[in-house]
Amino acid sequence: MTPPLIFELSRSGRCAATLPELDVPPAELPVELLRDDLPLPEVSELDLVRHYTRLSQLNYGIDIGYYPLGSCTMKYNPKINEEMARLPGFVHLHPYQEEETVQGALYLIYSLQTFLAEIGGFAGVSLQPAAGAHGELTGVLMMRAYHLQQGDTGRNVILVPDSAHGTNPATTSMSGMTVVEIPSDGRGNVDMAALQAACQEHGPRLVGMMLTNPNTLGLFDENVAAISELVHRHGGLMYGDGANMNALLGIARPGDLGFDVLHYNLHKTFGTPHGGGGPGSGPVGASARLVDFLPRPIVAVDEARSSDGEMFFAWRDPPQSIGRVKAFYGHFGVMVRAYTYIRMLGAPGLRRVAEHAVLNANYLLSQVRGVYPIPYDRVCMHEFVCEGQVADAPDVRALDISKRLIDYGFHPPTNYFPLIVHEALMIEPTETESKETLDAFAAALRQIAEEARSDPDLLLQAPRQAPLRRLDEVRAAKELRLRWEEQGQELL
Amino acid sequence: MPYIPHSNEDRQAMLKAIGVRSVDELFRDVPEAVRFPTLDLPFPLSEMEARWELETLAEANFSVADGPCFLGAGAYHHFVPAVVDSLLRRGEFYTAYTPYQPEVSQGTLQAIFEYQTMICNLTGMEVSNASHYDGATATAEAVITAVNAHRLKRRKVVLSPQLHPEYRDVVRTYTQGMGLTIVGDEDPGADSSQLADRVDGETACLIVQSPNFLGQIEDLPGLAGAAREHRALLVVVTDPIALGLLKPPGDFGADIVVGEGQGMGAGLNLGGPYLGFFATRMEHVRKMAGRLAGQTVDAAGERGFVLTLSTREQHIRRERATSNICTNQGLLVLAAAIYMAALGRCGLRQVAELCYHRAHYAAGRIDELEGFAVLRDKPFFKEFIVHCPRPVREINQYLLDEWGIIGGYDLGRDYPHLQDHVLLCVTEMNPRQEIDVLVEALQEVTE
Repeated sequence: MTPPLIFELSRSGRCAATLPELDVPPAELPVELLRDDLPLPEVSELDLVRHYTRLSQLNYGIDIGYYPLGSCTMKYNPKINEEMARLPGFVHLHPYQEEETVQGALYLIYSLQTFLAEIGGFAGVSLQPAAGAHGELTGVLMMRAYHLQQGDTGRNVILVPDSAHGTNPATTSMSGMTVVEIPSDGRGNVDMAALQAACQEHGPRLVGMMLTNPNTLGLFDENVAAISELVHRHGGLMYGDGANMNALLGIARPGDLGFDVLHYNLHKTFGTPHGGGGPGSGPVGASARLVDFLPRPIVAVDEARSSDGEMFFAWRDPPQSIGRVKAFYGHFGVMVRAYTYIRMLGAPGLRRVAEHAVLNANYLLSQVRGVYPIPYDRVCMHEFVCEGQVADAPDVRALDISKRLIDYGFHPPTNYFPLIVHEALMIEPTETESKETLDAFAAALRQIAEEARSDPDLLLQAPRQAPLRRLDEVRAAKELRLRWEEQGQELL
Repeated sequence: MPYIPHSNEDRQAMLKAIGVRSVDELFRDVPEAVRFPTLDLPFPLSEMEARWELETLAEANFSVADGPCFLGAGAYHHFVPAVVDSLLRRGEFYTAYTPYQPEVSQGTLQAIFEYQTMICNLTGMEVSNASHYDGATATAEAVITAVNAHRLKRRKVVLSPQLHPEYRDVVRTYTQGMGLTIVGDEDPGADSSQLADRVDGETACLIVQSPNFLGQIEDLPGLAGAAREHRALLVVVTDPIALGLLKPPGDFGADIVVGEGQGMGAGLNLGGPYLGFFATRMEHVRKMAGRLAGQTVDAAGERGFVLTLSTREQHIRRERATSNICTNQGLLVLAAAIYMAALGRCGLRQVAELCYHRAHYAAGRIDELEGFAVLRDKPFFKEFIVHCPRPVREINQYLLDEWGIIGGYDLGRDYPHLQDHVLLCVTEMNPRQEIDVLVEALQEVTE
């Protein structure tokens, strides 16, 4: 059972905050501009604390248990990062303060730009984008701006593999360009013949290609060099979706693989928390060709104001910048966490992250093989995709397996994505999970497959151990109730 | 090895189960020529060394906690009650993902539903989404919503020169591939009342900010009339703290209300992460981007919440989605909800009144100073324009060096006709004593 809404706890006259008395002579209020009432809840501080504490207990987070949500990289979020992001000398900085008063912060931003450029193999990085999808929009607009600046005005096609995240085609449309979908081949790579044909057909109109590598099947595209060569030969640019960078840290640099621009997800790869859906951070790295198009501003060393041994950091607008993609400079609080993470791991630590992420995924794959079908069965990278289907249990779907995993105390994997796998279950263990956890998870998956045959109702009725039973999503969309209203609550 | 639990034995057992002899073998698909690069990064630190380094960097800054701050211009120094961060630190909230599995995400979902309700009540609108990245991107998404509401048949956007300059920049960045005509701010000195003449039958939306970038409260009824006459959507960018006192834009017929929610519990953080709120009328709900929490029941008939209307979104509609947004500002939504619930019906009004009265007290005192003049042609809330006897840069440098005061925003940066004009911001965080010190310091500037 869920707790009452905060509005249902409200009692007239309560307030959970104390404020100072007015210490100046009151000014005249413009009566005609004032609101009559402000219908916000009225609760005591203890009511408030208990309400949100109770809500928190209805959630599942990494701090509670295993969270193998594919493509989301739900790794441990180190506590030291939280502490550092809350240092008063970071929290209480106004974005428009004079540069000389925020040199510590600008040093951190400059260093993080430099670290990410080194890790990704790029000429420059902007930390402004707020999330992965926002980084995609940034990168695609940069590719567009590059062609326009070259006087190449006829380009409006972006190639996107059929295994791509939904954000890739959505970003393309949002940027005013057209998507051409490229199928995958039998090994889960981009189909080279189809790519060749698309490049030939759309060559002069080609803006570039958006490629996730490792892709959403968790597979490293074996033809990445050839893909990049082909797209470049037709005048296109390569956009890298860095959602899966956790597999590549210290293993390969996207810049070296031929990508011209790529977004990183600090909230996936670099250990910053997902916050129940944000704030993320989606910095963008660019090759020498595209670096001048990065969103403004970035941090640079101001030589004129630097002296011996003392660098002065300043905001700079890249000369061909596509503009600002958000107000101010990006999610600085998230940058502090990622900076702390990279400083503690260093180059050897980052490589160990990728190695163990890939080791864990392949180990778990070895434990699941034979229990659930693996449509593209080869050495995977940081995640793998299986089919949520059990022979002799035709009624059971991936969703049922997922919900049953909740009863075993695990968060389900990503369901029904990528779209090219029937009943997909996309499993990403991450490097921070132990062998015992993976063994327990694999045992649960095996047990559930057994239950699917012997007592499918256990799956079809799952979950039973969660705060709520399965929720009626159809009803939610049909009888839209998107806010609380005083009357009418009893109708449900 | 930080954060990696594997022992040597674990690794050996796992490699054996996989059927390879070494971890390196797992990377055979990576082209050999670029495999295993040497990354040039600084030497790794232990936790205590990392803490020392970060503390040193933090202490190298002069923050608004170190001296009085009169800087606003879209990011505000407001009080954050301790309960906000105390609750945000719960791992169940901040280590969760987007609530795709509602049975184990009711905490996040109910908090979003409550937030949506509070935003509707604050803005006077019918529906709120679960947030955008910040006020600027929410404004850009409002433009896209308006263009879609007109089925792409109207491609003109009229925006006020007194809309935050960075928001105008972001709107142009977002829409650069959409073939829109964006007008209204060609003359930065033009008054927003002239915008009504720019709205016509081609206009998808009219965007105004109130209180605007210069702190002034706009004539919304007049602008709403112009928008309505041509069936253009009226987009109002606003400050949620001001709405503690002022009539909500919904009362004036706004079609979309967006703004920066940073003042509600987010802290300054050098510009982010912040929170873009977005509210509209039910008729536009399917054109609106962003996540939405909706009420439903579970299999046992219990009330519960899910993400709903996801058929609008990128993971379902792919290239036919109107926005690519997936992540919102989850934890900041929670902060804003806790903030609004903590302050409540009376508290938010009290914060707004403190801002209003102190800002007017400061304006009155500064106006009396020799050489300074406050522009008072429109009512203002917590920010006001002051004409200074010397360049703003020099005054701010003096305030900082001699008094440890963070001065206001130099309006000459964006508005050529406002050279030597500073935008000062006064909130509940500036007690009378700080204002009196500012007045004394400004007096000294001219001596």
